[in-house]
Amino acid sequence: MITPYILTLVLLILLIATALWSVMQDDLLRAAIALAGVSIIVTLLMFQMAAPMAAVFELSVCAGLITVVFVSAISLTRLMTRQENIEFSRERMTRFWYLPVLLIIVGVLLSFLVVPGVPSIPAVVADVRKVLWNERQLDMLGQILVILTGVFGIVVLFKDKPKVEKDI
Amino acid sequence: MTNPDMAALIRLFVIFIPLLLVAGLYCIIVTRNLIRILIGVELLSKAVVLIIIVAGYVTNRMALAQAMAITMIIIEVVVIAIAAGIIINIFRHYDSLDTRNLEQMKG
Repeated sequence: MITPYILTLVLLILLIATALWSVMQDDLLRAAIALAGVSIIVTLLMFQMAAPMAAVFELSVCAGLITVVFVSAISLTRLMTRQENIEFSRERMTRFWYLPVLLIIVGVLLSFLVVPGVPSIPAVVADVRKVLWNERQLDMLGQILVILTGVFGIVVLFKDKPKVEKDI
Repeated sequence: MTNPDMAALIRLFVIFIPLLLVAGLYCIIVTRNLIRILIGVELLSKAVVLIIIVAGYVTNRMALAQAMAITMIIIEVVVIAIAAGIIINIFRHYDSLDTRNLEQMKG
């Protein structure tokens, strides 16, 4: 029988492996898809910790919308030629091979960390929607302002610049 | 969940979430590609969202933790969208995504 501890351990190992793959991947498109994989694993961890609303947000927004944004940005920028790609890959590996070694060293050091015992705290039963609308009203206002800022920012960034007519 | 199980679970997250932070930070510091810098920022954001959810799970305040995680996710998506727009504009101006080519600070 798979205990919650074993399931969490497997998901966390997959999370780090997928994150490593997205960082070390040569192809930007595959790196963006690996990032979507990281979002999916974070979603599974959230579902396991009884956070369904945050998990659905993470899956739809991060795995869905942000992946589309990345793919759009990658498609609107120039692809390298084959020769440039080969030279770039070789040069990249000389900088990025330190990362798995660094992660193993940090992981081993953290495993020696002594985590203090957590006292059992009585649960506060509340609905997420009530917390959001009744207790975190300023957060909701902030979210609305941030979204509006984002919309206007995108409109300004992609505005057509007026062409300057040269005097002949 | 009993206390020893909770302590074992917290220990797991204490080991793995900093690894995600290290991977994101390393990606931002070492890479010269603007889009890969965004990937590093994304990894850092995911680690922060996980920390918030784990804190809510440990303290049995999952409703509040979810509300804060949703706020963080919305801010994250807007930041990524604006940054992607800026990167596309930079590419149109300099025809390159390499940070070494972005030397001139002029409008």
